[in-house]
Amino acid sequence: MEDGKNMIRQAGVSSLSKLQPAFRRLLRYPMTLIGFAIVFFFIFIAIFGPALVPYQYTEQNLPNKLQPPSEEYIFGTDQFGRDIFSRVIVGSRDVLMVAGSGTVMAVFFGMLLGLVSGYRGGWLDEVIMRLMDVILSIPPLLLAMVILFSLGPSRLNVIIVVGFLYIPMVARVVRSVVLDLKTRQFVEAARLRGEGRFYILFREILPNIMPHLAVEASMRFSYSIFLVASLGFLGLGVQPPSPDWGLMVGEARTWFYQARWVLFFPAGAIALLVVGVGFMSDGLRRMLLPGGVSNE
Amino acid sequence: MNEQTPVLDVEDMTVTYRTEKGPLDTVRKVNFKICAGEIYGLVGESGSGKTTLAHAVVRYLPANGFLRSGRILLSGTDLMSLSKMEMREIWGSRISMVHQDPSSSINPAIQIGEQIAEVARAHLGFSRKEARVKAIEMLNKVHMPDPEAVARRYAHQLSGGMLQRVLIATALTTNPELLIMDEPTTALDVTTEAVILDLIKDLMEEYNTAVLYITHNLGVVARISNQVGVLYAGEIMEEGSIAQVFKNKLHPYTRGLLGCVPRVDANKKDVSLKAIPGYIPRPDNLPRGCIFAPRCELVEKACTVERPPLAKAEEGHLTACRRFEELKKIGDVVADTRAGGTKEDKLGNLVLEARNIKKYFTAAGGLSAFWQRGRSVIKAVDDISIRMRRSFTMGIVGESGCGKTTLARCLIGLEEATSGEIELEGELLPYSVAKRPPEILKKMQMVFQNPDASLNPQHPAGSSVARPLILLRNLSRKEVGDKVKELFQAVNLPEEFIERLPHELSGGEKQRVAIARAFAADPALMICDEPISSLDVSVQASLMNLLVDLQESRETSYLFISHDLAAVRHLSDWIAVVYLGRLWEIGSAEDVFVPPYHPYTEALLSAIPIPDPDVKQETIRLKGSVPSTMDIPSGCRFHTRCPRKIGAICEQQEPPWQQHGNYHQIRCHIPIEELLEKQGEGLLKKMPVEGVIN
Repeated sequence: MEDGKNMIRQAGVSSLSKLQPAFRRLLRYPMTLIGFAIVFFFIFIAIFGPALVPYQYTEQNLPNKLQPPSEEYIFGTDQFGRDIFSRVIVGSRDVLMVAGSGTVMAVFFGMLLGLVSGYRGGWLDEVIMRLMDVILSIPPLLLAMVILFSLGPSRLNVIIVVGFLYIPMVARVVRSVVLDLKTRQFVEAARLRGEGRFYILFREILPNIMPHLAVEASMRFSYSIFLVASLGFLGLGVQPPSPDWGLMVGEARTWFYQARWVLFFPAGAIALLVVGVGFMSDGLRRMLLPGGVSNE
Repeated sequence: MNEQTPVLDVEDMTVTYRTEKGPLDTVRKVNFKICAGEIYGLVGESGSGKTTLAHAVVRYLPANGFLRSGRILLSGTDLMSLSKMEMREIWGSRISMVHQDPSSSINPAIQIGEQIAEVARAHLGFSRKEARVKAIEMLNKVHMPDPEAVARRYAHQLSGGMLQRVLIATALTTNPELLIMDEPTTALDVTTEAVILDLIKDLMEEYNTAVLYITHNLGVVARISNQVGVLYAGEIMEEGSIAQVFKNKLHPYTRGLLGCVPRVDANKKDVSLKAIPGYIPRPDNLPRGCIFAPRCELVEKACTVERPPLAKAEEGHLTACRRFEELKKIGDVVADTRAGGTKEDKLGNLVLEARNIKKYFTAAGGLSAFWQRGRSVIKAVDDISIRMRRSFTMGIVGESGCGKTTLARCLIGLEEATSGEIELEGELLPYSVAKRPPEILKKMQMVFQNPDASLNPQHPAGSSVARPLILLRNLSRKEVGDKVKELFQAVNLPEEFIERLPHELSGGEKQRVAIARAFAADPALMICDEPISSLDVSVQASLMNLLVDLQESRETSYLFISHDLAAVRHLSDWIAVVYLGRLWEIGSAEDVFVPPYHPYTEALLSAIPIPDPDVKQETIRLKGSVPSTMDIPSGCRFHTRCPRKIGAICEQQEPPWQQHGNYHQIRCHIPIEELLEKQGEGLLKKMPVEGVIN
């Protein structure tokens, strides 16, 4: 029992430097492994896929439009006779790039705001957090639509919107961890030897936030994929003829009754990726933050 | 008492955990019996398997733990043969348990009375109404003031001591045969602990319950139990009645443990503590012979060959030491007297002078504080002045919540004082640490309470020590490296530890690194905020010795805060007693521990659990708990709990400072002569003084 407690206590000090036992823990959960496999699979096809696909994703072949899956077109063809397989493969690049960049942006700015807000406290904290609350209080899709209508739909703007929308969530998580960490005695010891704010924030506190940040980032990533797909579906994201999955689903609605595969494959790809990222995120949490979300 | 069937009879119990590395026997071949009305004290350091043993006895092990061999009989019922359902019947009705942390054992969303009543309904088949009556009766039994009102309250509305009473009341509701108490007073203040221990003792006599009392505190065992078992690395090393084990210790481990506890009648100038070297072995890496052999002073070749069994040494007294006959001859542990003998009492230069320090907090934070300005003020420290001299230790004692830590944090600047003056070596300091220049930071450092939080989990131990060298002493890279090595040596840590991360160190080692870090700046004044409280006795002893040695070689002054009066007595030259943000008594350590005392000091001293059943302490117990600092009593702040209150004057007037001798002041309305007369010989005079050179 006491040994068990010690084990838990040691694990409670979450840290990226202890990945070894963390990795062993990971292997105990097949779901996590599946999650990682799916995510790595998509990353792999995003990198190498476009070079290997049988057709150009823009290559139209009108006589062969709306063909069911066959040896020639393994996922079938769409309303312009384009190969859906090639489009889904090439589209993975868009999704990962746009959702990934958006996530990176959200995590980066969210982290900065959370750090400053949590460490400084006082009125600045109050102002930052209330601003975050304002963003959170508006339904994300609505807000995204408003911004994209005014900025105009483009890949870069989608990234900005995704980043912007998820900053508050990251900031909140980081802030709550900072609030806990800043009263720890190692931070006080740093103040007692006259360390500057930068050193304390980035050298003392930040490394201890990394596990939380990694888990949070993976969760935001799965949300981002969804949001990017939704925006594509609404025609507010990447514009045709890009093989964006959301866009493909949107376009496929018209043909759904004649040719289900047109909808099925891109939608399936979205679902698979989101589920994979979800499993991975759960696994990361188990690995890096054993014993609960809040770390203690 | 020996004739009757024991309530609990454990035979040859071995508890095994299935782990990734294979099965681990964490408790091995343990035998003991507890009769009705008997309190069996089980002492051991952390990692000795106390809790595992207790949980195994009631078959409450985690999923990977099981009993590999042995029998457990509860008044003749073989617990091992029962099914889970049958065990559930027994839990709560025939066996009850009281845990260490009362706040997590009580459901915060259910009224106190309802929680006790629930037990009565589930196990005694009482109706709702009967159960309610029973709950109030039980609260009365544990001397709860105003039980009717308490029954309607929730956990957060009660203090730690009151919650522990509630738990005891709950445990006794079904009048169980066996009560298991796992460190029930560890989280409490000494004064509260003393009250709870008295209560347990009285109740057990009344209910005739058998109690398994688990603790790491030898003083508590000596005060409460009849029988004692000393557990070490999963095996019982020595067992016997209190008188036998404490008077005639027949195992070197028991002797070692007792040698680690500082005495209340001697200090660092007279004796140094005897720490046990080495660490408790892990259950997967036990020595072949006697498990204590690697740390034992009296080890000889034969000890490391075969593991000695727990055998009878005298009637009712068992020991697992082969050489107990010799131990009898050696007699009691003689504490090491310090080389150089008594240091001369000359007053060094003034290092720190703090005048009229006040720290008020407002209750609400953030923007809401803005609206509530001046409404609820917490006076954590209210007008305290102290002076500290070179190479001198000031001990600060008081119950938790009395302002000890806040005072220390104000001095060092982690909290900004509300008013007052802090002067360090003649220089007036700004309140906040952020405004203090490096030359001042260098002179004042701090060692914190919790070793787990005081080092950054991501930084290697060496870099934590190196930073102050770089920032405050402007050393070159090479010099820093050498200096870190030197500091690690000074705190007795091997050089390899420089590269280690905190999670690879034990609590005591972490605290040594923290001490090295504080000394890296070569400070004139060190603030030690309960630096040893969370550690085992043997580690405490070695850290106290380390602090004393470092003080001697570096002439550092310490401000030592602790609720452990024996530790304070050991380390301090001067002691200040704090209650509700004010000083009530201050003087040299020798003077404060003998009459005349301030009545509060008197109560604190009488509460110290002393690991010697022969010492008869006067029982002066304080009523209730420390009043809220938001609502401080008028006149003398202690009058609401003072056992020596003399009348209206205490409620109306602030008591004056009275001088007694050169180095001793007391703030009380009772004249010094009268205090002397009433307190007579004092509480601790009956301590035997063998082995102490005065």
